[in-house]
Amino acid sequence: MSSNTDGKTGSVPHVNSEYKLIEQRATAANVFGQIIRYLLLAFWALIVLFPFYWMILTSFKSYSSYNSEYVPKLFVTSPTFQNYVDAFTEVSLGRYLLNTFVFTVVTTAIMLVIVVLSAFAFSRLEFKGKNILFALFLSLMMIPNELVIITNYVTITNMNLRNSMPGLVLPSVISVFYIYLLKENFEQIPDELYKAAKVDGTSDMRYLWRVMIPIAKPTLITITILKVIECWNSYVWPRLITDDPNFFLVSNGIQEIRENGFGRENIPAMMAAVVAISVPLMVLFLVFRKKIMAGVARGGTKG
Amino acid sequence: MNSKKQTLTAWLCLLPAIIFLGAFLVYPMIDVFIYSFEEGYNFASQSYFGIGGYNYSYVLHDPYFIQALKNTFIIVLITVPLSTGIALIISLALSSIDKLRELFQTIFFLPYVTNTLAVGLVFMILFQKTAYTDGMVNLLIRFFGGESVDFIDGPYSAKMFVMCFYTIWVVLPFKILILTSNLASVDPIYYKAAKIDATPKFRIFFKITLPMISPMVFYLVITGFIGAFKAYSDEVALFGTDLNAAGMNTIVGYIYDMLYGNSGGYPSYASAAAIILFAIVFTITIINLLVSEKTVYYQ
Repeated sequence: MSSNTDGKTGSVPHVNSEYKLIEQRATAANVFGQIIRYLLLAFWALIVLFPFYWMILTSFKSYSSYNSEYVPKLFVTSPTFQNYVDAFTEVSLGRYLLNTFVFTVVTTAIMLVIVVLSAFAFSRLEFKGKNILFALFLSLMMIPNELVIITNYVTITNMNLRNSMPGLVLPSVISVFYIYLLKENFEQIPDELYKAAKVDGTSDMRYLWRVMIPIAKPTLITITILKVIECWNSYVWPRLITDDPNFFLVSNGIQEIRENGFGRENIPAMMAAVVAISVPLMVLFLVFRKKIMAGVARGGTKG
Repeated sequence: MNSKKQTLTAWLCLLPAIIFLGAFLVYPMIDVFIYSFEEGYNFASQSYFGIGGYNYSYVLHDPYFIQALKNTFIIVLITVPLSTGIALIISLALSSIDKLRELFQTIFFLPYVTNTLAVGLVFMILFQKTAYTDGMVNLLIRFFGGESVDFIDGPYSAKMFVMCFYTIWVVLPFKILILTSNLASVDPIYYKAAKIDATPKFRIFFKITLPMISPMVFYLVITGFIGAFKAYSDEVALFGTDLNAAGMNTIVGYIYDMLYGNSGGYPSYASAAAIILFAIVFTITIINLLVSEKTVYYQ
C-alpha cells in the first residue's frame, strides 16, 4: 500500500499492525486468564484430594513408623497391611459394613415401592381429594427431621424395636421429596400412551410396570442413588436407637471406635477403617459416575 | 364404575405412604409440639406437672443452648455466603475451560459420595496438634513462617475455622454441580449478542450470566441456610460426641444431648429447642423469599 498524505488510505498499514497488536494483547490476556483458571481449579482439586491421599497413605503405615514421625511423611517407607487386619479384628468392622449394607438395601427397596405407587396414584389416577392430599404431602416436606426424631425415638422404644433392623429401617424409609420428583416425571409421560394401552385392555398396574417405570428409569436411578448415599451416611438415627454394637452402622461404628476403641492411639488402624468404609461408595461412584452426577443435578434442580 | 375402581386403586396405592408418613412424620410433629408445652416431663413415670412455657424459658436461659445458638449462627453466616461464592467462582472457571473439565468435575464431586464422619476424622487428624506431632496443616503453616496452632483442642477461633472449612469442603460438590449444569443451560444467544456489541467480560457476567443463574443461586442460598442451621454430624466428625466440652455444640446437637441424656433424657426440653429451631429456620426462609422478590430474575 502506498503511503499517502490522505488520512484514510495512508493509515491502512498502521491499522493492520494495530489490529495485530490488539489481537496479540487479547490472546495474551486470554491465555493469562486460562492459566489463572487452571491454577485455581488445580488448587481446589488438591484440597479435595489431599485428605483422601493422606487417608490411604496412613492406612498403610505401620503403627510404629507412624508414631515415630514427628514431621509427618508424605510417602510410605515400608507399607503394611497390618492396619487393615487390626481394623477388622479388633472391632467388628465387617459387621458394621454388613449392617449398613443390609440397611441400605432394605430401606431403598421399600422406599422405591412406596414412592412408585404413590407417584403413580398422584400422576395417573383420578380420585376425589387428590389435590388436597398432594398439597398435604408437600407441606410435610417442611417438617425438619430433627423434630420428628424425638417422637420416633419414643415410638420405636415403646415398640421394643431398639437395636433391631426394623427399628433402623422403618422411620428412614419415607421421603416426600422423592414422591414429588417421580410424580413430576410420571406426569411427563404423554396421555396418548395411556389411552393406547387402555384400548388394548391393559390394566393400570400392568401399565405402570410395563410402560411408566421403564420410561422413568433415569429418575428412578437418581432416587435410588440419592437414597443409597443418604443411607450409607446415616448417623443420627442409628446413634440414637442402637447401643448394641451388633447393630451399629458404619457411621456410629466409626464414632464408637474413635472414642472407645483403638481410635485413640492407633491412628493408622483408624485410617484403615475409614478407607474400608469409604471404598464401597467410592467404587460405586467411579463406576456410575456419569449417571450419579447427572442424577444429582436433576434432583437438585427440581427441588 | 371406572372412576370408582380408580379411586379404590389410588387409595390402595397411597396407603403405604400415608401410613409411614402419618406414623413417622405427622404424629411426631404434633407430639413434639405438645411435649414442648408439658412442663417437667418425666420419661420414666410418663407424667408431667402442667402446661405452660416453662420448657421454653429453661432452654432459652440455658448457657449451653446460648453457646449452641451462637455457634450455629456463626457457622451459618460464614459458610453459606462463602460456599456459594466459591462454588460460583469454581463453576465459572469450569465452564470456560475444556481440557480436563471432566477430570476436575469428577474430583470435585468426590466429597459428596463419602461418609462425612469418616472423612471428618481425617480432617481432625490433619488439623490436630498433639504432643507427638504438629500435624500436616501446622507443618504447612510453619513452612510459610507462621506459628502452629491446635485447631482441634485449641482456641475457639481456630476451632471455628476448621469447622467452617470442613463444612464448606463438604457442601461445595453439590453446589458446584448444580451451578455448572445451570451455567451450561444459559442460552448462548445472549452471549453471542453481547459479543457482537463487544461487551466487556465484566459486564457480561453481571448483566447476563448472574441474572440468568440467579434463581439457582437463590435456591442454593436458601437450602444452604436451612442445611447449615441443622449442622451437627460434621461437628461430631471433627470434635467427637461431647461437643459441649469442646464448646462447639450446635442447636441440633443440643436437642440430641437433651434427648439422649443420662436419665432417659428430657424430651420436653428437646422438643422446646426443636420448635425454636424450626421457628428460626422458618423465619429465615421467609426473609430469604422476600429478598428474592427483589433480586432474583425469573424468565
